[in-house]
Amino acid sequence: MLDYITSYLGMNTTPGQAGNVFWAVVYILVVFGGVSVAVIAMNWLERKALAHFQIRLGPMRVGPHGLLQPIADAVKLLTKEDIIPHEADRFVFWIAPLIILCASFTVYIVIPFGPTHAITDLNIGILFMLGVSSLSVLGVVMAGWASNSHYPLIGSLRSSAQMISYEIAMGMAVVTAILMTSLNKSGTGTLSMIGIVQAQQQQQIWFLFKFFPLGFISFAIFAIAMVAETNRAPFDLPEAESELTAGFHTEYSGLRWSLFMLGEYTAMIAVSSIAVTLWLGGWLRPFPNTLTGETWDLVFSLIPGFTFLGLAVIAFIGVKRMPKHPYFKIQTAGLAGFGAVLGLIGILLFIPPVRDRIQDIFWFVAKVAVFMYLYIWYRATFPRYRFDQLMKVGWKVLLPIAIGVLIVTAILGVVL
Amino acid sequence: MTDPTTYLSHLELGEPDKTFLDTNELIINMGPQHPATHGVLRVILKLDGEKVLGTECVIGYLHRGVEKIAENRTYTMFNPYVDRMDYVAAVSNGLGYCEAVEKLLNVEAPPRAKYIRVILTELNRLASHQLWLGTHALDIGAMTPLFYTFRDREEILKIFEKYCGARLTTHAFRIGGCQYETYEGFEQDVKKFLDFVPPRIDEYEELLTTNRIWVERTRNVGKISAADCKALGVTGPVLRASGVKWDIRKALPYAAYPEFQFEIPTGANGDTYDRYMVRMQEMRQSLRIIRQAVEGIPEGPIMAKVPKVMKPPVGEVYHSIEAPKGELGYFVVSDGSTQPYRVRVRPPSFVNLQALDVMVRGQLVADVIAVIGTLDIVLGEVDR
Repeated sequence: MLDYITSYLGMNTTPGQAGNVFWAVVYILVVFGGVSVAVIAMNWLERKALAHFQIRLGPMRVGPHGLLQPIADAVKLLTKEDIIPHEADRFVFWIAPLIILCASFTVYIVIPFGPTHAITDLNIGILFMLGVSSLSVLGVVMAGWASNSHYPLIGSLRSSAQMISYEIAMGMAVVTAILMTSLNKSGTGTLSMIGIVQAQQQQQIWFLFKFFPLGFISFAIFAIAMVAETNRAPFDLPEAESELTAGFHTEYSGLRWSLFMLGEYTAMIAVSSIAVTLWLGGWLRPFPNTLTGETWDLVFSLIPGFTFLGLAVIAFIGVKRMPKHPYFKIQTAGLAGFGAVLGLIGILLFIPPVRDRIQDIFWFVAKVAVFMYLYIWYRATFPRYRFDQLMKVGWKVLLPIAIGVLIVTAILGVVL
Repeated sequence: MTDPTTYLSHLELGEPDKTFLDTNELIINMGPQHPATHGVLRVILKLDGEKVLGTECVIGYLHRGVEKIAENRTYTMFNPYVDRMDYVAAVSNGLGYCEAVEKLLNVEAPPRAKYIRVILTELNRLASHQLWLGTHALDIGAMTPLFYTFRDREEILKIFEKYCGARLTTHAFRIGGCQYETYEGFEQDVKKFLDFVPPRIDEYEELLTTNRIWVERTRNVGKISAADCKALGVTGPVLRASGVKWDIRKALPYAAYPEFQFEIPTGANGDTYDRYMVRMQEMRQSLRIIRQAVEGIPEGPIMAKVPKVMKPPVGEVYHSIEAPKGELGYFVVSDGSTQPYRVRVRPPSFVNLQALDVMVRGQLVADVIAVIGTLDIVLGEVDR
């Protein structure tokens, strides 16, 4: 048994490929937990960042600077009365949020957080991701239909039409990136997520800059389509609050509603991961080829530690700025504790063995975090598209451009 | 609740397009509990997919019988009630009512009172337009302008609060003039406000005016021609956006308006974007008027000689003012007693709301929301 567990440690591959069930389960638990924590953090960050865009403070009451707000919300949602409308189709109503949740969590199987930090590596990785993530349309349609109500029905029809049409432009953009992986001596490309990042490593360029501006255009198309795919502003028509109250989840409440939200945020992280893997070099650190040598390696490997130390400093500045009233004593102590934990993590990240292992994950997560921030930024800035305009953008603008870029890339690939 | 279809039965509505599919129409009940109907408006929509075949507004959920109350109150006692009609522009309501009764009594407010009235009314127009902009943008999906406009509206409300103690339902004016002299530092406060608001208006415009999505969502949406506007009695920015240069401040001047220089912004297409632009320019024109009024405010009494017990001579009078939302008219009939025989209000929101059906037919569900926003209705005024 112990041999079975330790035998994996020497291997330079993912647990899925090694066929080691124990480590696969460990990885699954870590990824599941990590994504859940990321969703909670994202929830807090979105409310906080959005509030600051809008000259508000956002949550401030539950914990220092509202840090515990997501937990309070989760408790509230779990304890809320679970309402199923009388006229609803109970079974379909019940299973719809689970489908969305499963679809958005399953894709994490192939996301490579590092050369070996993935649950498994499928040779059809990207295809698997696109296929599974598009299953969530099913959940949306089922939720809208089972609610047996007008607003959810319109919302679910809108979102299924939207998700399907943007998937095509998205797929075309992905194909462009996959074509780029085949630009090597052997001329064979790959669909494996790890392979795609390794191809970028070999070609010494992020696909974002490949055949500039072709790589950039395909990335931009994907970046737009992924916002539409996850039903976020400015493409949040399915849940357009001012028109359809809450779209397909109007009739949902409590736990079931929170599953939708969890699914939505998980899907956001998942599609951002695709974008990072395909165009931004996945786990590769910035400038892996120009700034080489041991000094640069050391500098970049220290960045994760310094990032956490910086966060700790911010937390301690927050502690200093907390009101001195005894009422805030516990909150101030809590914030100081949070800062201390961040600082401790920072120091831990300076230890050489940890540093080397964690680096890849850090760069990957940092790149995904940029996308997460963009999502919030979009939401604060843009009005909402109308349904016909959304379709027009998808079919008449993004799709032709994506096909054009694909063709030009293919020609360039053959000629060069 | 009555079956929504009965509300639509008297309308001549088109049928869904059955060329490709055997489709049925969808009848949707929007409101009275709905986040974007600006209160308790209930709109019944007949839809072909997302296309609107026809609408019917069901109103009266906020009916309080204001006009009937007037018949059982003295002229002075009824004054605070008018604030509760268009509660985002309470000062304008008060101005209209006071001037109507003054006309009936044949008294005129002293010049200083008239200037104070203009300053406060124009500030209120600004506040009303800011609230409109915020909610309209929110309806179309832009969340952020709402908070910016509310931040700046707060400054106006602070001036109101300092002047008369109330922020929303101000009851700022009395029949014959004003109750209160301006407070110490009123002029400085207003001037400070005039200096800090123009860049803020630029800020709203920066977020919206050239925003592609905003332009696409508002251009050619809810179009209404000048002829339709006139036929339906639509007034205010909605009428002006259709190209009709009609502003009661210029056409039938009241208060101190003849003494000020300002322009009437108009649009050309009569679509939602033009109405947006007209209101944005009106905000700047309001600032211009306030600046002139604050700089030229005369000294003197603020109350005309008005009897303690008002018994206007037998007769009737109609007086209208340019409220932020359009022509606000008061028709007051006196039978010689202390109480009005009848007060009839011509609220701009109520009349403008009639145009909803004309504006949204053939458009999409999302446009209904945009059009309700652009009409700038306040249900307190629609239902009274």
